[in-house]
Amino acid sequence: MDQGLSSQQATQNVPLPKPPSADDDSTALGKTEEKVFYATQWQLMWWKFRKHKVAMVSAVVIIFMYICAIFAPFIAPYAPTERHRGFLYVPPQKVRFWDENGFSLRPFVYPIEQEIDIMTMQRKYIEDTSKRLPVKFFVRGSSYKLLGLFECDIHLFGVEDGKVFLFGTDNMGRDLFTRVLYGAQISMSIGLVGVFLSLLLGLVFGGISGYYGGAVDNAIQRIIEVLRSFPTIPLWMALGAALPPELSPVGVYMGITIILSLIGWTALGRQVRGKVLALKNEDFVIAARLAGTSEPRIIMTHLIPSFMSHIIASLTLSIPSMILAETSLSFLGIGLRPPVVSWGVMLQQAQNVNTLMMAPWLLIPGVFVVVYVLAFNFLGDGLRDAADPYGV
Amino acid sequence: MLRYIAKRLLQMIPMLFLISVVSFIIIQLPPGSYLNTLIAQMRTQGDEINMEQVEALRIRYSLDKPAHIRYLNWIKGIITEGDFGFSFEWNRPVKTLIWERLALSLTVSVSSLLFSWIIAFPIAIYSAVKKHSVADYSLTFMGFLGLSVPNFMLALILMYIASVYFKFSVGGLFSPDYVMAPWSFGKFVDLLKHLWVPMIVIGMAGTAGLIRVLRNNLLDELEKPYVVAARSKGISPVRLIFKYPVRLALIPFVSTVGWQLPQMLSGEAVTATVLSLPTAAPLLLGALRSQDMYLAGSFLLLLSCLTMIGTLISDILLVIVDPRIRYE
Repeated sequence: MDQGLSSQQATQNVPLPKPPSADDDSTALGKTEEKVFYATQWQLMWWKFRKHKVAMVSAVVIIFMYICAIFAPFIAPYAPTERHRGFLYVPPQKVRFWDENGFSLRPFVYPIEQEIDIMTMQRKYIEDTSKRLPVKFFVRGSSYKLLGLFECDIHLFGVEDGKVFLFGTDNMGRDLFTRVLYGAQISMSIGLVGVFLSLLLGLVFGGISGYYGGAVDNAIQRIIEVLRSFPTIPLWMALGAALPPELSPVGVYMGITIILSLIGWTALGRQVRGKVLALKNEDFVIAARLAGTSEPRIIMTHLIPSFMSHIIASLTLSIPSMILAETSLSFLGIGLRPPVVSWGVMLQQAQNVNTLMMAPWLLIPGVFVVVYVLAFNFLGDGLRDAADPYGV
Repeated sequence: MLRYIAKRLLQMIPMLFLISVVSFIIIQLPPGSYLNTLIAQMRTQGDEINMEQVEALRIRYSLDKPAHIRYLNWIKGIITEGDFGFSFEWNRPVKTLIWERLALSLTVSVSSLLFSWIIAFPIAIYSAVKKHSVADYSLTFMGFLGLSVPNFMLALILMYIASVYFKFSVGGLFSPDYVMAPWSFGKFVDLLKHLWVPMIVIGMAGTAGLIRVLRNNLLDELEKPYVVAARSKGISPVRLIFKYPVRLALIPFVSTVGWQLPQMLSGEAVTATVLSLPTAAPLLLGALRSQDMYLAGSFLLLLSCLTMIGTLISDILLVIVDPRIRYE
């Protein structure tokens, strides 16, 4: 489990990673070697990380997703709570470039019409293929505040005299594509906030535990053990149910992050403790202490930078479990609640098979959860390898 | 060895105490009590609310006493009589409700654990032996995918596939005929028929982690001099791998039982709600919602006890499997 262990075995005679510009030319090799010797730890890590192609791709995917989330109001054609009357459970529309009337550079969709099947009384949507609705870019629509600052009403795309639902609509006729984007803002930030809180708790308690040892260490370790022996989801369920129902959406959001990090910090706390224990008797720390360096300074300038890379890697790996937890809790109805839009809240609609058979596209938010979590797992994996640039 | 086990058992006592306190605090956290739920329920049904009746209930459930008294009563009941208190919502003693459900939870979790081992074991060995091959990469990717799909979503997708393509409904642990029936061989077979869906769903998440651990350990082991020496002597590849490296690499399997079990129980909690399994989690969820505190608290307490026992078993197994570990 603890891949971090291998790092302590790293010694000077392990082959150093080559910088990416390595040449076979012998004089150039001398230069690269020199470059490696003078490179800082972070440079070495970057070189090693760059070699991990999957992690690089994942990093790009994650950055792209965050940009989309930040500019959600601009990219989304509608407002997240806007209900389109007469458009309940519309299946995802196809964006087309050609039909029998030929090719058009400007993408278009067909207008949809609702029809009730007399026999089954089920709603059906028929595409009216006689008419094209061109998809226009930078159209004016509902107004929003970009980045919470600028009043704006331009949307990336939209159609005039009709509707465009890329991912279909839900039971209240709300555009799923829009809601996925807005949901990303909540779902993708809750993991970060939660991880940040766990980092704080983990650093403080793990640091104290490892640095001072003795009775304090013992007490903290016991607390961690107790917290860890609760199965997480039932514990989260209990804590989630304890959030008062009259809490504001922001309050619930904060409550959930605190609940998530309450367990999240324990793993981190143990890691920090292990690292501190291993480091505090290293020569450079003893030297610093003999030179009369103050304790806070030793911790801040010598200890923390030494294990920060490992911590960042394991933080990245703990984000997925946070978002999975948020999604699961909201799915069960004890996490975030409507009107907050998060991926888990959206998935709540897909809770039974009958709805799912009628509208399988309601699972689309789940696809984004998977992509996001997968990308973070790969990224964390790459970072973990890179965190130990002196290893093989 | 016996001394080690005895020592570990002794260490568990203060832990159990802390866990029971935490469980109790958690179920006390929501403002109000079951009576508020009851009053709200009666109000929505349009019933007259008789304050005297409510007061009588308050005294009967000893909700008028301070929290620490209630805690002591609860614990005293558990230790002396195995009495976990009274479920307000079900109007029955808690102990008549929980055992069968806990047993089913444990059955589902343990079989998921076994499933993930059976899947992870060959995949990890294959991945390690053929490292950096296309198969290795695709298996690793599959593992990551299993790790990234939320349990409930996998359950939903399986349910969807089963009902759309195979025209049968997935869910529950028993067929309707057997739900109320007493335990018999037929019921057991029926359970096995239903068990595979939650087993796959819950097992998938753990499999990925196991594959990674076993693969990395095996890779470390395969580079060691004794393996190289054995190879140079011409021992058959299969024997070479299984004789020592696999056995050594298996140690983490044993040592991870402790944290795998709570993970499985967690996964089971979400999956059970989606697949409507008659296990502990749905009942716990209901109890938490209606503030049926003794029921919820007992579940939390017992689920964590299971985890602690799991950890203990894995530690003992570890000592047996790996003689290098000294039990001090």
